[in-house]
Amino acid sequence: MSLGTGDRAGILGRVREALREKAPLKHPAERSAGGEPTTAHFREWLPPVGPSIDEKYALFVKLSEQLRSELLPCPDIAHAAATVSALAQQLSWKTLALHRGSLLDQIAPLLPPELALIYVDAGYDKDALEACDAGITECDLLVAQTGSVCVTSTSAGGRVLSVLPPHHFVLARRSQLVTDLSEAYSTLATRYRENYPSMISFITGPSRTGDIERILVLGAHGPKRLTILLLS
Amino acid sequence: MTALADPPSQQFQVDANRTSSDSPRRKAVRHALSNYQAARDRTGATFTDWKSARAAAATIKHEAVNHLDQYLEEFEKKFTARGGKVFWANDSKQARDYILDLAEEKGVRSIVKSKAMTGEEIHLNEALLEKGYGVVESDLGEYIQQLKGEAPYHFVFPCMHLRRDEISDLFEKELGTAKTDSPEELTMIARRVLRRAYIEADMGISGGNFIVADTGMISITENEGNARLTVGLPKIHVALIGIEKVVPRLGDLALFLPMLATAGTGQHLTGYNSMYGGPRQPGEIDGPDEFHVVFLDNHRTRLLADPEQRDALHCIRCGACLNVCPIFKNIGGHTYGTTYQGPIGSVITPHFRGLEDWKHLSGASSLCGACTETCPVGIDIHHHLLHNRRNAAAQKPAAGEQFLWKAFTFLMKRPALYRLATKFAPLGSLLHPLIARTMVDPVRSWTDTREFPAAPLHSFRAQFKTHQRAQALASNLGGTQ
Repeated sequence: MSLGTGDRAGILGRVREALREKAPLKHPAERSAGGEPTTAHFREWLPPVGPSIDEKYALFVKLSEQLRSELLPCPDIAHAAATVSALAQQLSWKTLALHRGSLLDQIAPLLPPELALIYVDAGYDKDALEACDAGITECDLLVAQTGSVCVTSTSAGGRVLSVLPPHHFVLARRSQLVTDLSEAYSTLATRYRENYPSMISFITGPSRTGDIERILVLGAHGPKRLTILLLS
Repeated sequence: MTALADPPSQQFQVDANRTSSDSPRRKAVRHALSNYQAARDRTGATFTDWKSARAAAATIKHEAVNHLDQYLEEFEKKFTARGGKVFWANDSKQARDYILDLAEEKGVRSIVKSKAMTGEEIHLNEALLEKGYGVVESDLGEYIQQLKGEAPYHFVFPCMHLRRDEISDLFEKELGTAKTDSPEELTMIARRVLRRAYIEADMGISGGNFIVADTGMISITENEGNARLTVGLPKIHVALIGIEKVVPRLGDLALFLPMLATAGTGQHLTGYNSMYGGPRQPGEIDGPDEFHVVFLDNHRTRLLADPEQRDALHCIRCGACLNVCPIFKNIGGHTYGTTYQGPIGSVITPHFRGLEDWKHLSGASSLCGACTETCPVGIDIHHHLLHNRRNAAAQKPAAGEQFLWKAFTFLMKRPALYRLATKFAPLGSLLHPLIARTMVDPVRSWTDTREFPAAPLHSFRAQFKTHQRAQALASNLGGTQ
């Protein structure tokens, strides 16, 4: 490659030279089961999540509210479709962007015919995607401890669909709810093995900023609204 | 700010004098930080055991930094296997040149940037603009600072010192928008401008919060979604990141992400925490065709070579030490004159840019230890400030100060001389006003802003003796009754 790799040998050489003298470990972690602290121990220290599915769900509901995500339990796909359709009608939406997926393929035929659907799977026009009224994606997981939606470039129609449209719908199943980030990472590791998608993103609430006087404003660059349609 | 020709210590002194008497600005900063403190306390309290979490974070960073070579190589192997490219930059110039050459080779015209303090560190924007590339900061605070032509005030809250009316005036002047006092409307103005930037840019430049060794990923933490768009839409992504930002395992982020959010902004988790393991992969819908990671040394290895202060490289740049620092609250971020402000900046800057020029920062501390207490990875920040003071004194002894200490030692070792001196002190107090605040006043740095305390007519020693004599007399009298 014409641009080279820089001074790899120089930097690694300096690092090795520097590390010849050991640095003391000033704050040794308490090692509950011996060895290095591992992800299994993080759970003992981080904010607690109850063990049962109901406790996990209750925490996810509470955090979603704090984060100003809209969490809408839906008994079935038809109900989810009706929810999207009602909003589309109320706000006079013309276009909805989405991707192919097992859940989305079920909801798409139930949406009102006057709502134009933009599929991103075969590529998309950036301006058209930016100008659409809302986007809807699937996700990998929901995280109870943090109120997050975990999307990847594989599960959620690439990198941008979940962040460019002004309103992001997530269509998820209640069974996708995991306890915490540790469980999320281990689930992803099992699911993708060595072949991770090029992006993993934990979305925690709608886009936000506090840059002006530390006052919370939603929709800084990404979606102003995040709606989670949760199928039971 | 003062002219560039001033030595950093003089610029610091001048700016500190000015900013510490700017009450409205200090009030704005304190208000912003009180909101932060409340949020942080609330979120921190939800942890089952913050102290153990912190010890674990410190242990993991110790492991990472003390095996830095292995983890950087592991990252490189995994990352390049998925089509990423790694460039190893010794210094600012090498990093800048790589990005400039890349932009030229690929025919880049416009660039969108998400927050990267490493970009500030190497003066990347200036270099890109000079070569004629359009470059727009997309983080709201950074965008405001870019419009203002000012460096970030705080490495997490770039424009925390500005009031909404100042931002409104700035937008009116630079963008021609109508005045508003609503933070929401101001944010929407920036949103409109910046959305064009993402769509039109050929290159997106980001920083990175963590280098994940075992999966070959760069993790980026943000709230706004600007980094998601910066590394999602343009066809080339460059991540400029300091070599110390390693964590060994992807799973380690399950600890670091909540701790970074809690310490940084008082959130459970920031809006978007994203891990990028390469450019667009086969079968993926979008993403950049190329992903370049630029590893920046820029004297980090110099700090690494100091085992006593090596843990300063554990820093995850949450900014908590700035937020609790009484000095930062009074003198503000720009006074430091550094890329990294506050206590941690005062520790690392002398290693990055030379102790002689930056040793004065070690004095910008009350040694209260609030920084050390609040640090989520347990860096002994205020002790390192003391280490820097000691090293600076060893490197270049201050002759005047050494003489004073010798004179003091001489005096304190001779009780008779000491007693004589205390006898003459009231005379000194009497005569001092004649020269106070003039060039010959030996304590002028004190009397410039304060009254010098007067020496009492009778020293404690003299008073104690009188008291003892009186008691002895009283007991003698009592004994004769």
